[in-house]
Amino acid sequence: MSAAPPLTITNGKLVLPDGEVRDGALRCADGHIAALGDEEPQPGDIVHDAQGKLVTPGLVDLGVFTIDKPAFHFGGITRAALMPDQSPPLDIPARVRFAASSGKPDFWVHPLAAATRGLEGTELAEIALMRDAGARAIATGRAWIADSGTMLRVLQYAAMLDMVVCTHAEDSGMTGSAVATSGEIATRLGLPSAPAEAEPLAIARDIALAEFAGARLHLRQVTTARGLDLVRAAKDRGVAVTAGTTPAYFMLSDLALAHFRTFAHLSPPLRCEADRKAVLDAVRDATIDVIASSHDPRGPEDKRLPFADSAPGMAGAETLLPLTFNLVRDGVITTSRAIELLATNPARILGVNAGHLALGAEADIAVIDPDKPWIVDSSEMAARAGNTPFDKQPVQGRVLALFKGGMRVGAKQAPS
Amino acid sequence: MTSPALSYPEGSAAFPHESLVGIGGLAPHEILFLLDEAEQWVELNRHPQKHDDRLTGLTIINAFFENSTRTLLSFEIAGKRLGADVVNMHVAQSSIKKGETLIDTAMTLNAMHADAIVIRHGSSGAVQLIADKVDCPVLNAGDGQHEHPTQALLDALTIRHALRNKTGGSFNGLTVTLCGDILHSRVARSNILCLTSLGAHVRICAPPALIPADIEAMQAEVFHDFDAALDGADVVMMLRLQLERMQGQFIPSAREYRHLFGLTAERLARARPDALVMHPGPMNRGVEIDSDVADLADRSHITRQVEMGVAIRMACLDVLTRKVRRVEGWT
Repeated sequence: MSAAPPLTITNGKLVLPDGEVRDGALRCADGHIAALGDEEPQPGDIVHDAQGKLVTPGLVDLGVFTIDKPAFHFGGITRAALMPDQSPPLDIPARVRFAASSGKPDFWVHPLAAATRGLEGTELAEIALMRDAGARAIATGRAWIADSGTMLRVLQYAAMLDMVVCTHAEDSGMTGSAVATSGEIATRLGLPSAPAEAEPLAIARDIALAEFAGARLHLRQVTTARGLDLVRAAKDRGVAVTAGTTPAYFMLSDLALAHFRTFAHLSPPLRCEADRKAVLDAVRDATIDVIASSHDPRGPEDKRLPFADSAPGMAGAETLLPLTFNLVRDGVITTSRAIELLATNPARILGVNAGHLALGAEADIAVIDPDKPWIVDSSEMAARAGNTPFDKQPVQGRVLALFKGGMRVGAKQAPS
Repeated sequence: MTSPALSYPEGSAAFPHESLVGIGGLAPHEILFLLDEAEQWVELNRHPQKHDDRLTGLTIINAFFENSTRTLLSFEIAGKRLGADVVNMHVAQSSIKKGETLIDTAMTLNAMHADAIVIRHGSSGAVQLIADKVDCPVLNAGDGQHEHPTQALLDALTIRHALRNKTGGSFNGLTVTLCGDILHSRVARSNILCLTSLGAHVRICAPPALIPADIEAMQAEVFHDFDAALDGADVVMMLRLQLERMQGQFIPSAREYRHLFGLTAERLARARPDALVMHPGPMNRGVEIDSDVADLADRSHITRQVEMGVAIRMACLDVLTRKVRRVEGWT
């Protein structure tokens, strides 16, 4: 595939899977990591001097709604799991095959197969055919599968195929048309709201069904204290459950909805401050396995509307890395744990040989300056649209160079 | 016809807001300023010759994206009595049906050089969104479940008029009971903000599913037992049961609702003997309020509310257009 010359990244701080950050070099050949440690570049190698910055695996983003390469490359993301909520949905093999090849060569898309036809939550989609067309996992989409019988059959089928099921955990009977979490903010703004309990209810059912079916379950975004307690308890008794979140849920609470700011209209909706802190704790104690961007760029036609009429979602690819590295600076997690959350764990859940710096792994490499300061500006984003709730926020952490399969890709350069 | 300027800061400092989007964000003295401004219009409206020319030449657009009869009529009359050219835009005839966005519609109205736009919209926050985009003052005539500020102002004015002899016009220490669908009610939110800001104690009463979460944070005391909520109340405000939006999800039936939350003559006896009965209308007689209560000559102030509505809206239109009219101290 790649006829590129070998690459040696020198003078880096390698973030290794054993939890160590070690000074050294990394050599890639034939699109894979060929050597790690005190390598010297060999004649004919392309040499990239990391200048003492972090050398990490490219980020693996478990759950995005759009393939938006400039934003992903800006954010150090080399692979993303594409949600089936496309138009039309990823519920037949041909669409999955197309999606799987749509980013190559400098970005890899791992389509998530729709669990049910049309994502309607009733009939099983052709999951095995989609797997063979390139789907790496199954997803219920933006919505929960309300019918427990259907969900059980999805999980049993997924167990047979050894595929993980990514679920959106909100009890749809409770949420209805809610756009906010019940509480003082939603009450003052007069927004349709649902209690946060919609999440633990859905999680409890999905864990029970997954346990019964012997299936692997990934809760794509867990946002509440009680939901996280259920995940923690399930993990303790050995259930094959993993949990993800996005930076919004540990950075923001529903206060961000003030003035009807539609950029803070997310799904699940932002929660109360206590839940925000619980997400932080769950990142710290490894109840949460994955931090993803849930990248969903939306233009004014979707966002410059009254709050309840606007579409949920945020452009998150560019802020995923710096907001996660906030947690490193704050002492919540270590650098290697950040990489585990952003790359290693999502790659493992998807079953791809990436997301870690190990011999033989795909040479998806990011060179990161974790301290480089910059300011998020919604009007100057690499993403297709600037719908970020972090507009004008100073952040730290920037990708200096990005390599996919050992080849340099067009990561937007930081202004020097 | 003069402003009650003496008791307030001079000129626009008495009401420094460009628009009236909600009661939230208004200081108590700003609310009182609007009430005092309205008094002159209450007086004028009772004359056979009820006309003032101060808004002559101004164009006011009533943009109603949601059906309304009484509020629209009230704003139209208010504008016309002050001499403005009033134009009503009904949603059924608008381009919204053709897919035009709210912002585009707002920009169109703006380009027509309206001097004030009155907006009703079904989504919370829609009026703020428009107010942020247009150059002229915007008056919220109801946005979703958020606010309906002129209703709260007219309710406060009604209470003040009715209790003038009893409290001297003060709201301090008054107990006001609001009963009905609080969850879906912008009237309830604006009234809670307005009355608590003026010093009244507000009780709200409804079945749990119709009480918004954490409403206690807005200083309202929650009741599910209507009899207890009425005990010793000075004012009883009933809200319309929006049967068309309930579909059996919130209450089993209208008659069961009446059984628990209907204002009957018997129940009213639990409130103070001189308690006022109010309702923003339109009423479901025999559901949330019995006819014999709604029609009590000395107690029911429901038609008085409508009267005060015109005066309040005249006051709001007058005050908010003072800048464009270059009224001294308001430029």
